[in-house]
Amino acid sequence: MIDFPRWKYWLVGIAMVLGLLYAAPNVFRPQPAVQISANRDAKIDASLQKQVAADLAKQNIPYQSIAIEKDRMLVRFANTQVQLQGSDTLRIALGDDYTVALNLATTVPDWLLAIGAHAMPLGLDLQGGVHFLLSVDEHAVLQKQQQRYLDDIRSTLRQKRIPVDAVSLSGNGVQAIFKTADERDRAAGVIRTEATDLDLAYTRTPGGGYGFKATIKPDVLQKLSQAAITQNVTTLRNRVNALGVSEPLIQQQGQDRIVVELPGVQDTAAAKRALGATATLEYHADDPNVNPIEAARTGNVPPDDRLYYMKDGTPVVLKKRVIVSGDELVDASQGYDQQTGLPDVNVTLNSSGASKMLDFTTENVGKHMGVVYIETTPVVKVVDGKEVHTSKTTETVLNNAVIQGVFGKKFQTTGLSQQEAQTLSLMLRSGSLAAPMNIVDQHVIGPSLGQDNIQKGDRAIVLGLALVLLAAAIYYRLFGMVADIALVFNLLLLVAIMSIVGVTLTMPGIAGIILALGMAIDANVLICERIREELRNGSTPLASIRTGYEKAWSVIVDAHVTHLIAAVALMTVGAGAIKGFGVTLAIGIVVSLFTSVTMTHAITALIHGGRRRKLKTLWV
Amino acid sequence: MEIFRHDLNINFLGMRKISIVVSTILILVSIWAIAVRGLNYGLDFTGGVLIQVNYERPIDVGDVRSALVKAGFEHAMVQSVGGTRQISIRLQLPKNQGKKVSPDQLAGAMSRQVLTALRAENPGAKLAQAPDFVGPEVGQQLKQSGIYAVIVVIIGIMIYLGARFEKRFAIAALASEIHDTVITLGIIALVQREFDMTVLASILAVVGYSINDKVVVFDRVRELFRLTRKSKTQDILNRAINNTLSRTIITSGFTALAMASLYLFGGSAVHGFAITMLIGILVGTLSSIFFASPLLLWLGVSKKDLMPVTRENPELARRP
Repeated sequence: MIDFPRWKYWLVGIAMVLGLLYAAPNVFRPQPAVQISANRDAKIDASLQKQVAADLAKQNIPYQSIAIEKDRMLVRFANTQVQLQGSDTLRIALGDDYTVALNLATTVPDWLLAIGAHAMPLGLDLQGGVHFLLSVDEHAVLQKQQQRYLDDIRSTLRQKRIPVDAVSLSGNGVQAIFKTADERDRAAGVIRTEATDLDLAYTRTPGGGYGFKATIKPDVLQKLSQAAITQNVTTLRNRVNALGVSEPLIQQQGQDRIVVELPGVQDTAAAKRALGATATLEYHADDPNVNPIEAARTGNVPPDDRLYYMKDGTPVVLKKRVIVSGDELVDASQGYDQQTGLPDVNVTLNSSGASKMLDFTTENVGKHMGVVYIETTPVVKVVDGKEVHTSKTTETVLNNAVIQGVFGKKFQTTGLSQQEAQTLSLMLRSGSLAAPMNIVDQHVIGPSLGQDNIQKGDRAIVLGLALVLLAAAIYYRLFGMVADIALVFNLLLLVAIMSIVGVTLTMPGIAGIILALGMAIDANVLICERIREELRNGSTPLASIRTGYEKAWSVIVDAHVTHLIAAVALMTVGAGAIKGFGVTLAIGIVVSLFTSVTMTHAITALIHGGRRRKLKTLWV
Repeated sequence: MEIFRHDLNINFLGMRKISIVVSTILILVSIWAIAVRGLNYGLDFTGGVLIQVNYERPIDVGDVRSALVKAGFEHAMVQSVGGTRQISIRLQLPKNQGKKVSPDQLAGAMSRQVLTALRAENPGAKLAQAPDFVGPEVGQQLKQSGIYAVIVVIIGIMIYLGARFEKRFAIAALASEIHDTVITLGIIALVQREFDMTVLASILAVVGYSINDKVVVFDRVRELFRLTRKSKTQDILNRAINNTLSRTIITSGFTALAMASLYLFGGSAVHGFAITMLIGILVGTLSSIFFASPLLLWLGVSKKDLMPVTRENPELARRP
């Protein structure tokens, strides 16, 4: 094989070394640990390290190490039993200032991490993960809808010029009061045709007024709460995707609950923050008649206004009326201001939001408009030894900018740092939530296949692979052994690439690996059969190898490309398990084409081409 | 070492009437099985009841699983939750329930049965919370995206094979592909094996495996068509099958070897995967020999369909 180019030897050699290096981290299994991250003002430092050590020592809980890694602290334990005790102890001892979460710490040596080699995360079906149970606040949905209908009724009556004494929320509906029965009947007629979702009931007020009470029809209410759940499921899915978790399980459970299972993620703290926090924007008009500093000092705020604070503590007084709220946002993306180059958030509104914004900005160019960022963070407090779930709402004015011109559907929010712009756009893009959610339950799950099953499966796979390797070596002798080497490196390279890309390994992924390995062994069977055929036809050994590879090439390419088409289609169109299969298969096929053809050819050339004497027979 | 003599020449195409009839019957039976008996969808697809149980003392997941199997809950998904004393069990709702029973009542009844079964083994079992109904929403989404994915895959492969070979090859490959998948699914429906995520994964692998087999045989058909001057289509197809027979059997054998090891020693979790693969390999191998090529003959491929398309290697074409 003098005609085998030298650079290909190098390519094969480098690929083998890199494959070994980057597949290596998967041998090191992660270790149970507890992760401590700081909330807002708290700090992760050496004194905390001492405190943690003391707290654990007080309870006689053995730990292996306490280390500060960037902005978090990792306490490693020998097994999950101790880990759970440790996390319980620390959660109580550290209180609200820190988030204590179960985690799996990597045991991969530093020099491997330094070259960017990481272990592949395993899917929930293989290694377990985090399980969250969220409850959707349906009461909030109802309230929001009632407020909406209140506004609708008010504006409809104004449009139709029907005089009304009062429109207000009352109990589970909207109450409207009129002076005369005639006005009431006209109004009711209009509302019945305009808002078909409402049930109207006539009432008399103690003061002699005529009124009606509008309540949302039960079936509409049912639809609304289902829509809220569905919207939240979608939102959660987007947020989970943003976390980089593949094949998450997100499904409705019962009437108002959502289950989220994140495979491979042990960093519950990060997951929890992303899932639990609900962010929304509200655009309010600034009240120019009130001096905010004065208002903050005296606490005197007009009834239509409300006092807010900006991030730096500057008080702002805004009108209570919401111009546009988060649920009217269609899209939000982080970009850069074309003039200043500073980060901004590009916001797109839906049509109702757009028309409201257009109406407002038409009349208020040059005035200020404040953007209120409302964040609801779930809080867990321990009261009398029981965990109590509450939520904390923080409302901050992001900026109180001058309205530069009339706008409707699309506009930019500026005055954010790069980090804030990114976080905000992510949270908003995830779909502003129809209803707030609370995490009511969280736990780490063991693998559904069961540890015993995984061990058995591992052994069976190793055994199966060994049998195939042995069979190939017996059947095709030297060429079989070369194919075996290529097959092993196929697996190594596939695992290495999956690790580098960060693909989560799941059962369907393993199916993809098996199919890819099947393809690789098939390619070698094709090559060996061709070489045998050529030998039978009377070709010389070297010529047989060359034509064998040449002729097998076309079918190998056809088979691989066909598979690649399928894999890419599954990858892009499929979701969940199907996608996982597609990704693994696609990588596996490309690797297989390299290892089973180029690598075996290089090794064969090395074995047979190096010899000076004439090759008489091939051991195939 | 050789299993088959290289000059083997079995007249496979001669049996085409029988083989097509057998294939047709198998497909019809499979369609009947899928339509009438239906696939026994697992929890991943159907949703079910989630029951959480607390134990007084640490408990082994394997023990819980075996206690449930003893009581007749064979496909329960048992997971340890957090520590070693809490266990979550997911079960499918029994089929054919009267419409009067609400899911909540059903969940309650099932949780009582499960608890009775668990208490028989370990009296320390207690319900941690009221049983919940787990919706099948994700399963449906998955099904839908799966259908789209399959359509895109089919179109993509058709276009490629149509361009590289000829449209009749594409049609024959696709037909055998559907043949293999339907029969594999049919067998699963017939024996009512639970259709869960692992089986879905292996069905995907079977589809890939089957298309691979067809491409190899078709590639040889194309080559022989281009090499030989005068030959009946039937003879060429026969030669192509015989020439590739050794590789067909060897590759199938190797893959089956790995799957058999998975089936025998891999434990219950991979049973579904391994057995589906084994069925698929068998069906795929047989259809490459007995189904795909007769179909080509039927569709009427001939030498001239392949000649003008591409002549990548003029040297090959010049050979006798």
